[in-house]
Parts: sequence; structure tokens; C-alpha cells
Amino acid sequence: MSDATLGGPILRPGVVPPPRLTRPSAGMFALYVAAGGFFLFSLHGSDISVRSFIEGLPNMARLVGEMFPPSLARIQSVGISMLETFQMAFAGTVIGVILSVPLAILAARSLTPHVGLYYVARWLIALFRTVPDLVWALFFVVTVGLGPFAGMLTLVVDAIGFCGRFFAEAMEETDKGPQEALTALGARKSGIVFSAVLPAAMPSMINSALFTLEKATRASVVLGLVGAGGIGIELKVAMDLFQYDQAATIIIGVFLLVLVVERLSSMLRQRILRQST
Amino acid sequence: MTVVSVARAGKPRIAAAYAAAVRRPLDGVPARSATVAIELDISNLRKSYQATTTILDGVSLAVPGGQSVALIGSNGAGKSTLLRCCLRLIEPNGGSIHLLGEDVRALDHGALRRLRAQIGFVFQRHNLVGQLSVLSNVLHGAQARISGPRGWFHCMAPSALRDEAMHCLDLVGLADFAGRRADQLSGGQSQRVAIARTLMQRPRLMFADEPVASLDPSAGEEVMELFAELIRQQGLTLVFTSHHINHALRFADRVVALRGGRIDIDAMSASLDARDLRGVYE
Repeated sequence: MSDATLGGPILRPGVVPPPRLTRPSAGMFALYVAAGGFFLFSLHGSDISVRSFIEGLPNMARLVGEMFPPSLARIQSVGISMLETFQMAFAGTVIGVILSVPLAILAARSLTPHVGLYYVARWLIALFRTVPDLVWALFFVVTVGLGPFAGMLTLVVDAIGFCGRFFAEAMEETDKGPQEALTALGARKSGIVFSAVLPAAMPSMINSALFTLEKATRASVVLGLVGAGGIGIELKVAMDLFQYDQAATIIIGVFLLVLVVERLSSMLRQRILRQST
Repeated sequence: MTVVSVARAGKPRIAAAYAAAVRRPLDGVPARSATVAIELDISNLRKSYQATTTILDGVSLAVPGGQSVALIGSNGAGKSTLLRCCLRLIEPNGGSIHLLGEDVRALDHGALRRLRAQIGFVFQRHNLVGQLSVLSNVLHGAQARISGPRGWFHCMAPSALRDEAMHCLDLVGLADFAGRRADQLSGGQSQRVAIARTLMQRPRLMFADEPVASLDPSAGEEVMELFAELIRQQGLTLVFTSHHINHALRFADRVVALRGGRIDIDAMSASLDARDLRGVYE
């Protein structure tokens, strides 16, 4: 079938559609080539080996086989550690979210009272976010000793790094109309922040806070591996002692905990967003 | 008889004291009355962006208390900029503005905030906080009087303030909507809530920037009638911008037309008809 049979109108001379694809500039083309080259170099650096993967499949099957049926021998101890894990995550998230709000106000360009405070707040948030939580956990284990308190402090810092940035962005992206209206009627800056900016940013902030709780629940599992409390240490011991059936119980427990937290946070999000003040 | 039906009964009247003083023929600019104070006095106001785009080019305007003034002109003529400069929501480049006796350009931050508290400003878009209740939005009008959380959310407000906000809502016919989220209202209802918010300020003077431009013609007519009637009842000075020539002639005592950042026509509306003003848009 030729193009003519598709039935498009015949364009008059001089009416030409734009090209389907635009030719990249020389600089952009070089960038694409460089990115592709670095990807191949990265595969090489990662020791990619299909053969090792295929040869390891029986080991994987044997490991999964030894995990089932999961052992309930230490279920009470696992249950207590699981509760401790969630307590760390919940307390760390709540404290982190609360501390993030004033920091985010300082880090929002349109709200900060001084440009110097803006840069200090942005720098702090970037520091908290970019240093990995395992590094923070090691730092706090050295500072306050082994146990869940070190884990909770880690999650507070992690929450500030995450929420501080997203809260500030949510505040900056709010509709400026209500803020201008309140400015015009003589409201103070604090009034504008609390009665116009925060309510408008609240749906996005609640979203970020609940996502932080989910993230903290997952992270708190790993923090135990460096002695910062929670279920992680139980998992490490079980794996080190080749007690894969007990490890399976812990992994299923973690899976259920994260799943429940995700479902509850989703329900909570819907309920809170429907309410007005 | 409802507020709206009162408004429909006839053209809004101007304050009697001023009416005798300022009625002039078509080309007559009202003289400053010895008996009525000038509430807004603008002299040689200039505003430009990047030194190339001039929005206001030496505008002078005096508005006595109780007068209702319509600013008309095509898009970009400088109407909205003029109103915003009066409250320093936009900083002018030159000239002087005296509002309620205060030299607006000389005020520090605190004094400017106190002056703004006395001026109601209805925007083209209602500018309500959609996530809050209608009552909380109206309550915000009192923020200059009530500091702290008592002026932020109705649940924290003193009873007297809540009652005042309910009264303002009642004046615009929306008392039954007090507990509803603001983003669940229609455009006309939202603009009426915005008017209630300005009434909550207990303003001495009212600005409105194309208050019905975002509404359909029917809702726009209804809101404009209600607004004009409330202004008349409270004896407030009103300066509003509009693209509706009939609104300017019907709801204003005086019409000021801007063209290219300058005043092209300044005359009492009683001495004008629509043909006199259509040229402003050509």
C-alpha cells in the first residue's frame, strides 16, 4: 500500500511538517557515545559472567531448598527483634519528619528569612542525604554504642536528608496566589507559611513522610548488620551459622512487616488527604 | 430582600457627600473636595521592566473617600500593575503613592503590613487555600489583627473571631458552606469567599483586580452585583479593574481608562456611554 492510499490531505507547496527527529549537535552526539562507552566499561568492571551465574543456579536452588520449611524455633526472639526494628523505624521517622519541617522552610528559597540560612540548610540536607545510612550507623554506633538507639539516630538523619529536600521542593512549588493574597491583607510571614504554604504542600509532605516510613522500615533491617539494633543482627547470625531455615523465617517476617507498613501508609494517606482544617 | 436582590434593584449609589462634590462633564477630572478626604493619591507613578518595557508612564490619580473607580484598558495597559504598586506587591520605579494618608513608598516592612491590613484586595483568581475549610480561609482576613495560630485555622480561633467570620460568610450567602473544603467550591462561590475574606479585614478601602474575569457571565454578573452592593452598604472606597465596559459604567462612579501606561480618559461614569470607552480597546 502506498502512502497516497492512506488518505492524507495533499499539502500545498511550502507547507512542510517538521522533521520526525532532530539531528543532535556534535556535543550531544559525543555525550551519547561517551555514555554508551562508559556503560560497556562498567560491565567489564563489574566482572559480568553469564557462566558463573548459570553455574551458581544449583547453589541458589540448594539454598532455597534448605530455607524451607522455615524454622519457628526462635520465633519469640525474632518477633521481639521485629518489633524493635519497627519501633526504631517509626520513632526515627517521626522525629526526622518533625525536624525536617523547620529545616525545609529555611531551605525553601521563597520562604527563608536569610540567604545565608538557605545555604546552610541546603548544605546540611545534602550532607544527611548523600552519606549512606550504613556510614551514619557506624558513626552512631561509635558515638552512643551498640543497640537500637544508634539505629534510630541513623534513621532520623536519613529522614531529614530525604524529607528536608522534598518538603522544601513541595513548599517552593505551591501556588503563589494564596501567598500573595495573604501578603496583600497584611499577614505576617509566619502566618503565610503556616496558613497558606504548609496546607498547600501538605499532601506532598504526607506522601514523602509515609514513603520515608516505608524506606526506614526497610533500612532498619540492614542497620542491624553493623550493630545498630533490630532484626538485622538476627539475620546475620542465622546466615553465618548456616541456619537458613531460621533466616527464611526472618526474611518472611521482614517481608510481611514492610508489606503491612506499605498498606497502612497507603490507607492513612488517603484518609488524611480527604480531611480539611 | 437578599443582598443580591437589593443590588439588582438599581445601580449602586455613591456616597452622598462625594456625589455633590465631584460630578463633572465627560472631560472633567474630579477636583479634590474640601469635605471628603483623598484616600488614594497617586502622582507621576512609573513602572518599567528591564528599562525597555514601560508599564506605567507617569500616572496621576486622586480618589476621594466613598468613590468607586473603574480602571479599564486593554491587556498590558497597566491596570493590574497600578493596583499592585499601590500596595507594593510590585515595587514602582518612580512617583509617589499616598494611601489613607500614608506615603506608601516610605513605609518600612511593619508599617506597610499595617497599612495593607486596612485595604481589601480581591484578585482575579480567588487565591483561596484549597486544602483548608471555607471558614479558615475567611478567618485569614483577620491575620493582621490576630497573630499566631488563632488566625491560621478556625479550630484554634477565638469564638468571637469565628462568629465574625461566619457573619462575613453570611453576607456573601455562603454560611452553609463554612465547613467545606475551599477546593470543592465553584468559581463563583470561591470568589464570594474571597470577598468574605476581605470583609473580615474590616477594610477602609477596597481594590479588586478583574474580580469576575475568571467566572462565566452569569456568575460574574451575580458576584459583581453582590460585591458592589456590599461596598455600597459599608460606604467603602473601591478601585477595580475590568474589561467589561458595562460593569465600569454600571458599578463605578468614575471611569479611568489606561492606554500605554498613561491615563487616556478620566471622567464620571454618568457622563459617559459605552461608545466613549470602546476606543480604549482599539
